[in-house]
Order: sequence, then structure tokens, then C-alpha cells
Amino acid sequence: MNFFYFSSPSTFFRLAGRLAPAFFILAAVLAAAGLYVGLVQAPTDAVQGEVYRVIFIHVPAAWMSMFIYFVMACYGAMALTFNSRLSAMMARALAPTGAMFTFVALWTGAFWGRPTWGTYWVWDARITSELVLLFLYLGFIALSNAFEEPRRGDRAASLLSIIGIVNLPIIYFSVQWWNTLHQGSSIKLTGSSMHVTMLTAMLLMTFAAWMYAIAASLVRVRSVILERERRARWVRDLGRT
Amino acid sequence: MSGLAWAFSRDLTLAWRHPGEAMLTLAFFVLVASLFPLGIGADPQLLARVGPGVIWVCALLAAFLGLPSLFASDHADGTLEQMALSADPIAAWVSGKIAAHWLSTGLPLTLLSPLLGLQYGLPADALVTLGAALLLGTPVLSLLGAACAALTLGARGGGMLLALLALPLFVPVLVFGAGAAEATAAGLSASPHLSLLGAGLLVAAVSVPFAVGSAIRIALD
Repeated sequence: MNFFYFSSPSTFFRLAGRLAPAFFILAAVLAAAGLYVGLVQAPTDAVQGEVYRVIFIHVPAAWMSMFIYFVMACYGAMALTFNSRLSAMMARALAPTGAMFTFVALWTGAFWGRPTWGTYWVWDARITSELVLLFLYLGFIALSNAFEEPRRGDRAASLLSIIGIVNLPIIYFSVQWWNTLHQGSSIKLTGSSMHVTMLTAMLLMTFAAWMYAIAASLVRVRSVILERERRARWVRDLGRT
Repeated sequence: MSGLAWAFSRDLTLAWRHPGEAMLTLAFFVLVASLFPLGIGADPQLLARVGPGVIWVCALLAAFLGLPSLFASDHADGTLEQMALSADPIAAWVSGKIAAHWLSTGLPLTLLSPLLGLQYGLPADALVTLGAALLLGTPVLSLLGAACAALTLGARGGGMLLALLALPLFVPVLVFGAGAAEATAAGLSASPHLSLLGAGLLVAAVSVPFAVGSAIRIALD
């Protein structure tokens, strides 16, 4: 099989159209299972009470916000090195989903912080670096739309995403040394300090968020492809049938 | 190497012939820094506490204001294209331009900062640290800012877009820079902050010119 077969926008358009519903269904099933385990089966937390259940949205959203930025920068690097149009379109399609997850992580964190820490917002390391990440996403989206020539926006935004990914760990560690209130991670590679049903629910929700991100970006990349290739013959043929 | 020296001396001559631009940057720096005591009250203890952070934010904004002019006029009259066609590697003359830009904006800000520190009632050793931190930090601002300025060449909504790109990238410099002076004021050693700033400067100096170079190539495509 030719690996680059799907790097052509017209073939990938059809592939994405077939894959997106499957990923949406997967996301819905996983989210239903995750919410059931998280809201019904998982025990009430001894210290925090019921409010801890926000983590079933908060932690997956925070993970996805960073992971999507990484994937976006990888597509950006591919767009610059191989000069492939589809990679830049994928980076562009991922950015709004990533920004959405970043915003959800901040928003749910604020609502968790109010009853637990007694405040909606603290200038703590993780929260601040998550906020900076949101601005990096917004900068990417703004830059990719700032040019008359869409290819120019693609390439400039791809380079920006690479500069951002180099800077992201620096921002993360700089604010970490600066000020910290946010608790450390409960899940480490060596084992987890969480109850097993809580962990199951969180992982289910993470995979649901992941599948949703794939599905949403596939749908979005389809509209980006249509917009870019609107003068191509295959798009006009699409409208005829 | 000749490209570096040539771009450096050319931009420095240009800045020297139009001293107004550098003066405006300095005036902005002093003006914004003197707005804070009016806004938050002139309590000497409060001012000494927030002084390093405020001076850093003002320096950051002042350094940011000079960025659009770094490549814009050369881009508009085609000089940038001619320079990109020259035999010298693009990263070389870009480094020269950035160095000249720092010398005409970052260095004056650094030299002026102890004066503002005095207005904020900072102790003498904190003034020294503030100056040292700005000396190490403002070149990083010029480098990172140059990358963003090159990315936004010819973009719609230039200034605001540049702010959205550059200011998040400036965060580490601000944290370590303001942290150095605050550590001194708290009686701690500032050397970890200054070392990190120095390390950041070295990494940025060798890597950012290449990023700026590819950004300029994208802009000229």
C-alpha cells in the first residue's frame, strides 16, 4: 500500500468522511461508560466529598490540551519539512479543538477550586502555564488566518507551533519554580495513588476525549479541504452528484 | 560573518540617524513605570515590593513596541528580499539586525532601569540585580520578538497579532528576570535566576536566528 496515498486532500477527504462517524460513536460509548463509572460507581472522596468528580472532565481536558498541541506541532513540522498541504490543514483543524480543551480545563478547574481551595483563580504554576497554552493556541489560530494567501498562513503558523513547542516546557518549568499550589499528579508511571474505579473512570473519559478530538478534527479538516480546493475539479464534481 | 557585521553596522547607523525612535521607547518605558504609583498608591513599602515586577513588565512592553519596525520597513521597500538573495546565510545578517536592535532599544532600557528602581525605592543591591537581569533578559526579548515580527510580516492586524504571539513567549524571561531582583530584595541569592537567564540567552542566541531565517523565507515566498 502506498503510504502517501492519503496525503492527497481529495483521497483524505473521503477517508475522513468515513472515519469521523466511527470516532464519534467510539467517543460517545466511552464517555457514557466513563460517566457511569465516574458518577455512579466511584466512591465519594474522603476529603473532598462529591466535588472531586470534576476531575473526570478536568484531567482528561488538561491532558488533551497538551497532547493536541504536541500533535499539532508535529503536523506543523511535517508541513514545513515535506511541504505537504494536508499536514498544515490538519494542524489548522486541530487548533480549535485544542483551544476548547484548554478552556474546559481552566473552566472546570476554577469550579473545582472554588469549594476546595476557596478561590476560583490562583496564579499558580499549572494554571498559569495552561493559560499561556491557551494564548499559544489563540496565537496559532490568529496567525493562520491573518494572511490573504492561505498557504502563507499555513507555513507561518506551522513555524509558530514549533517555536511554541520548544518554549512550552520552558514556560512550564519557569512558572513551576515561580509559584505552586496545584497538587502534584496522582498518576505516575510507577503506580497510582487513586482508587481503582476512579482511575478507570478517568481513563475512560480520557479515551473519550481523545476519540472526540480525532472525530472533531476530521470533520473540521473536511471543511478546510473543501474551502481550499473549491476550484478543483473533484470538489465541483462532488457538488454535482 | 561579513553579513552579520554589515547588517549590524547598517542598522546601527539607521538607528543613530533617527534617534527619535529609541527616545520614544525610553519615554514610553519611563511614562508607564510612573503611571503605576499613581494607580496603586504611593505607599513606599508597596512600591518597593512591586518595583522589580513593574519595571520588568514596563521594559517588556517597551521592548515589544520596537518590534514591528525591525523588519517592516525593509520588507516594504524590498531590502529584505535583496538581503535574502545575498550570498551570506540568512541567519548571519538576521543576528546582526537583532544585535543592532537590542543595542538601540534593550541596552538603553537596561541603563535607565536603576533610575526607575530608585524611584520605586529599591535597595542598592536589588538595583544591581535588576540591571544585571535586564542585561541578560532584554537580548532574549529581542531574539524571540524578532521571530514573531518576522512571522507577522504582511499580516492583517499587525500590532495586536504580534502581541498575541510574542507576549506568551516572553513569560519565562519575565518570571526569571523579576524573580532575580525579588530574590535579592528578600535576602536570597539571585544567581540561580541569573544563571537561568544566561542559559536562556545562549540557547536563544544560537537557535532563534535560524527560526527567524525560516520565517523570513516564508514571508518572501
